[in-house]
Formats: sequence, structure tokens, C-alpha cells
Amino acid sequence: MNYRLSHIDALEAESIYILREVAAEFQRPVLLFSGGKDSICMLRLAEKAFRPAKFPFPLMHIDTGHNFPELIDFRDRRAAQLGEKLIVRTVEDAIAKGIARPTPGESSRNRLQTPTLLAAIEEFKFDCAIGGARRDEEKARAKERIFSLRDAFGQWDPKNQRPEIWNLFNTRINPGEHMRAFPLSNWTELDVWQYIDREKLEIPSIYFSHRRQVVRRDGQWLPVSDLITLKPGEEIRELDVRVRTIGDISCTGCVESPATTVQDIIAEIAAAKVTERGSRADDKRSETSMEDRKREGYF
Amino acid sequence: MFTHALNEKSELLRFSTSGSVDDGKSTLIGRLLYDTKLIFEDTLEALQRSADITGEGSINLANLTDGLRAEREQGITIDVAYRYFATPNRKFIVADTPGHIQYTRNMITGASTANLSIILVDARQGVVEQTRRHAYIASMLRIPHLVVCINKMDLVGFSEEVFKRIREDFEQFATRLHIRDIAFIPVSALLGDNIVEHSKNMPWYPGAPLLRHLEEVYIGADLDLSDPRFPVQYVVRPRDDRYHDFRGLAGQIAGGVFKVGDAVKALPSGKTSRIVAIHTYDGPVEQAFNPMSVQLLLADDLDISRGDMLVRPDNLPYVGTDFEARICWMSEEALMPNRKYAIRHTTRMTRCIVREIKSRFDFGTLLPQRPAPQLALNDIGRIALKTMVPLCFDPYERNRYTGSFILIDEATNATVAAGMIQEPPKSVPGTDEAEYII
Repeated sequence: MNYRLSHIDALEAESIYILREVAAEFQRPVLLFSGGKDSICMLRLAEKAFRPAKFPFPLMHIDTGHNFPELIDFRDRRAAQLGEKLIVRTVEDAIAKGIARPTPGESSRNRLQTPTLLAAIEEFKFDCAIGGARRDEEKARAKERIFSLRDAFGQWDPKNQRPEIWNLFNTRINPGEHMRAFPLSNWTELDVWQYIDREKLEIPSIYFSHRRQVVRRDGQWLPVSDLITLKPGEEIRELDVRVRTIGDISCTGCVESPATTVQDIIAEIAAAKVTERGSRADDKRSETSMEDRKREGYF
Repeated sequence: MFTHALNEKSELLRFSTSGSVDDGKSTLIGRLLYDTKLIFEDTLEALQRSADITGEGSINLANLTDGLRAEREQGITIDVAYRYFATPNRKFIVADTPGHIQYTRNMITGASTANLSIILVDARQGVVEQTRRHAYIASMLRIPHLVVCINKMDLVGFSEEVFKRIREDFEQFATRLHIRDIAFIPVSALLGDNIVEHSKNMPWYPGAPLLRHLEEVYIGADLDLSDPRFPVQYVVRPRDDRYHDFRGLAGQIAGGVFKVGDAVKALPSGKTSRIVAIHTYDGPVEQAFNPMSVQLLLADDLDISRGDMLVRPDNLPYVGTDFEARICWMSEEALMPNRKYAIRHTTRMTRCIVREIKSRFDFGTLLPQRPAPQLALNDIGRIALKTMVPLCFDPYERNRYTGSFILIDEATNATVAAGMIQEPPKSVPGTDEAEYII
């Protein structure tokens, strides 16, 4: 008998432990499920943590309304397969209610997810929101704790984080505050794909190579949709592309790729020269744009 | 040179780095990431942009790790940052801990789960108080492997004499530490000497460069497989006709191996039963070991809940409300005796009172100071505690997970201390055990 775990098994054991901590320590947790690859792994980890029982929390999607249609189909199907409750709150609705305010000329709705999420947390009195963020995604995330406290305004204070020592998480909160928990903190993009491969998890088709109309903008291929207006000089091309990360369709760049299997994707990432967030226009605005959004209460 | 690890059987190695201000820690990690080709083009582009803005001209490798706005503005590192890289056989999790403000607190945060710690020493400065402090903390945390990187060798002419003198200084004081394995590597993080490739500037150094050392250091014996310990974390109860009697005691094994058929004792109640199945989502397994997350099913329906511990009847931890511990104090407000705190130990949360501060450790003399009226921020000291309900614990030196705890201020909810439980004295009551350095 070999008493050693592979790195994927060790990461899995840690993530299951974190999910069970949330279930044990919070009254009203929720798991944020977007249908993206990270949250797909989270659902499998939740199955591993709690089956044969049902999940001790509902799933929730903050829907920008600017979606790849494939993603929404997938999201609903996966929640139904699992027999778990799915809550959807939309940016559209939050704008109508005056909770979220688009600034003139702002086409992406990623920023508007923040007030929508905070309103949903308040509506359901959630005390902990489980997210799929990873520390390898971005520099501000690299410094965030696994259990990350948000004040009454949903804000993250990077200078005043609780030390996380051993596996002893301090999950105590005061009324009005809530916690964000990130079970995939120590996973990398490649770990996620290796896990999808090992667990044979279904993923939305847009992660695989497909023929799509795209337009070149700010150094990346943006998908053509109703939400994109061509600027002078831009022309529509039809290419074999796939997405590496999924956000608001108006700012999610596609990469040219022939990858049609998870194995192909793993090989592609292993050789990749650009980080996955490099295909997100919203992160490119400034050196600290993720930090700024996190401070305001972004995932 | 290296692509990412593609080997699913690769092992995980967690290491922490610490050093004083300006000894090149961020540069060292930047160098490891850069040389293992894990810096991507868009990250490099962003770095080049920021180098242009700050007028530094060339890329500053330290900027790869200094992520927050205040850090870039002040050129310092505020908080523990985690980095990831991989070689074909190992995946590495790096906890990069800053060396200036809050260093003790940050170092403990970063190093508490580490298999290995890298301490940087500036070749021009040699062993300084900060070096001793870091080594002491690594020893206190029982990190099995230590690597002393003597950095900036380029600034001392790659001198073997300088390297040897620093190594001897360090070894002299390290005889008083509890670290099994110490390696010394002369490096230049800035130039890449002895990071990935063997340095041509230091042919006198016969050992492995840093990355090869990290890849090859043997960590198989780091896990405790001898004393079975299972803190119950959560009880899985399906409330479903198909699983009417299912009661899965869920948790992560904190020590040893549990097998189907094993007799187990539940603590603190002392009731015994037998493991009838070890449930995982992927099907039942015959045995499970540290650090797997599983569900244990018992033959008897004992009253067991979160905070209890399952052990083997012939291998018991201590069970009690009174013990002594070494703690690191992490709050601006000093610790005074007789204060009450919430205490989190394994999966148990209860309350405790600090009965006495026994001593405060002096990093200058490396000796405990008595009396110690209080412990201030970043102080390390020994205290006597009394808990409201009994805890099931092992001395920290035997098990990092059943021997550790945190204290929480109940008014602010801040984590104010990290604690390591000491072996209770076996001698005649009234005689104080000799205090050893760690």
C-alpha cells in the first residue's frame, strides 16, 4: 500500500474539507454556479463532500444577460441532473430596480454583477457565498484568503485579512457581514482541466473548438453577437475558436484553437503563452483592476 | 525548459519563503517562475508596461509577486501571497511571506502547512537577528526541511569563504533547533545562479541548484501515519428512504490510517464501536489515511458530532482541559493573563481562559524571559490554558493538526494567536520541566 496522494488528490481532499467547513459553520451558505469550468469542478467537489445527502446549500447564478446561450442551457441542465435548487438573479432586473447602474458607454456587465450579487446575498440573508476563484488567476487573488471576510458593504479589505493558520479557519462573522469561501484557492488552471479529465465532467461546448464569427478588437477575438457594434475598419471573420474563460459575451475573447477534446485542451494550456485572464478585456484596463473590483465586492 | 506538470501522479510540495527586507525574496520567486517558464506573455507585457510607468526601465522580477496597489507604490510586500508552479514530477505551492512589518504573524501564516521553508540570507550581511528569528519559527512550526539560500553571491565575488563562514554561523546556532534536514545553497536570484542551472560562477559548490533540490527532497516521511486521528467535521445524513440509516461521519484524517473492521473509540465520550465502511463518492475504500477526506460509517449509532474525535482504543491522544502551549501573539492589543478567548482546535470551537503567561521568548538571547507580564504583537511565549470543554490533543511535535489551535477575540472576531500544544509533564507534579529552546 502506497500511502501517498497525488497532487490532484491532495487538492481535492483540501477542497472537500473547506466545503464541509462552510456547511458546518454557516447557517445560510450558497454556492455560486455560473456554468463555467471552475464552478463545474466545484459541483463535483460538493458531490464528493456531501453525497449521498443533498447539498446543504442552494446554487445561485448572477446572470449578466450577456450570455453565450450554450452556457445557460448547460447551467439549467446540470442543476436539474443534480436535483439541486438553482437561484438565478439577473443584472437586467437589478438595473430595472435601480440596484445596478450602468455608466454611459459601458458595454460589459461584469462590473454590474457586483451590486446584483450583493443584493441577492441580502435578499436571501446568505452568510457565506462559495466561489470558484483561484489564486493563480490574478495578483490580487494571490493574496486573498480561503475564507475572505466582507464587511456590511460587501467590501474586501486586503490590508486587514485574518491570518489563516494550519487548517484552522476562523469563520466567525458579525451581523451584516458575510464570508466568501474559495475551495479552489490552491488550484491552477491546469489542475482544473486535469480534474475535468479525470472526473469525466461534462463542460459547455464553447470550451471546445467551434466555427464562430469573431471580430478583432484590443488584441483579441471577440464573438459577434447582438451586443457588439462594429467599429469603422473592423471586419467579421469566421474562425475555429474556443473560449478559455467565460464572462460577459461582449468582453470574452476567443482563442483560435483546434482543440476538440479535454486532452487537447490540456496539451494546449501546457504550452500556452498567455494567461487565461489575458482573454478577458475587463482585466486589462489597469494594473489593479481586479483589486479594485474585489474591494467593491466582486467575486 | 519545463512545461507544466502533465503527470497526474505528481506530488504536492508546499514551501514558504522568508527573509529580511531587500534580501531578494520576491526576486527569487520571480526567478523560479521565470526560469520554469511560468511567466506568461501577457503578464510580462503588463510588467513591461508598469516598468515604463515607474521609470525603472528593465523588468523588475519582484513585481511578479508584489500585487497590490500599496505594495507597488511603496515597493514593499504587504501580505502572504501564494504562487504556483510545477515541474513534471512536482507541483509547488509557494507562500511568499514579507520580511518587515508583521513578519512573525505572516511567516506563521505562510509556513504553518509547509513541508519546507526557504530562508534567505544576504551574503553581504550574513546571519542577522531576522535570520535567527525565521529559523526559530520554522523549527517551532516543525517544518521538516529547511533551505538556507545565501543570496547576492554576485555582490561578494562568488566567494566560497563568505559562503562557508555564513554556513558555519548558521550551523552553530542551528544545533539548538529541531530541524531534521538543512541544506545550504549559494545563489544569485537576480542573475539566476544556482536557481535552475548549476552556477558556472561557483564551481566550488558541489550540491544541487535550488529547483533540483525542491524537486528531489524526500517528503514521503513528513506525514504522520502512525497515530490514527479523525476529528469529526460534519455528519452526513441523507434523510432519504434509500439511505434511511446512513450516518456518515465526515472529516479529513489528521493522522494515521483507518481500516474497515478497525475498533474505534469516540472521544471525549469514550464509547467504542467498529468501522463497517469507509464511504467516498467514488465508492467504498478498504482503508484511508492522512490527509484524505472521507466518511466513516460505524457499527453502532453513537452520539457523535462535530468536534468529537475518533481514534484507536490502543493509541489515545491526551484528553483534558488544562495544558501548556507555545503561542505567537498576533494582535495589536497585548495578551494579559486571565483573559477569555474563543479557541478553535481541530474541528472543535469552545472557550478558554489564559491562566498564566509562563515566559516570553527573547530573540536576542534566544532564551525565555521570566516573568512575562504580557505578550505583545509578534511575541512568542509560553502560556497555560484552561478550556471550557475537554480537548483531544497530541503534542504539536507529534502531530501538527491535533496539536495546534488558534485563539479568537470574541468581541472583534479577530484571530489573535496561533498556538502549539506542548507535551504535558510526566514528572512529579510541582516540578517544572526544563524549558528547551524549541
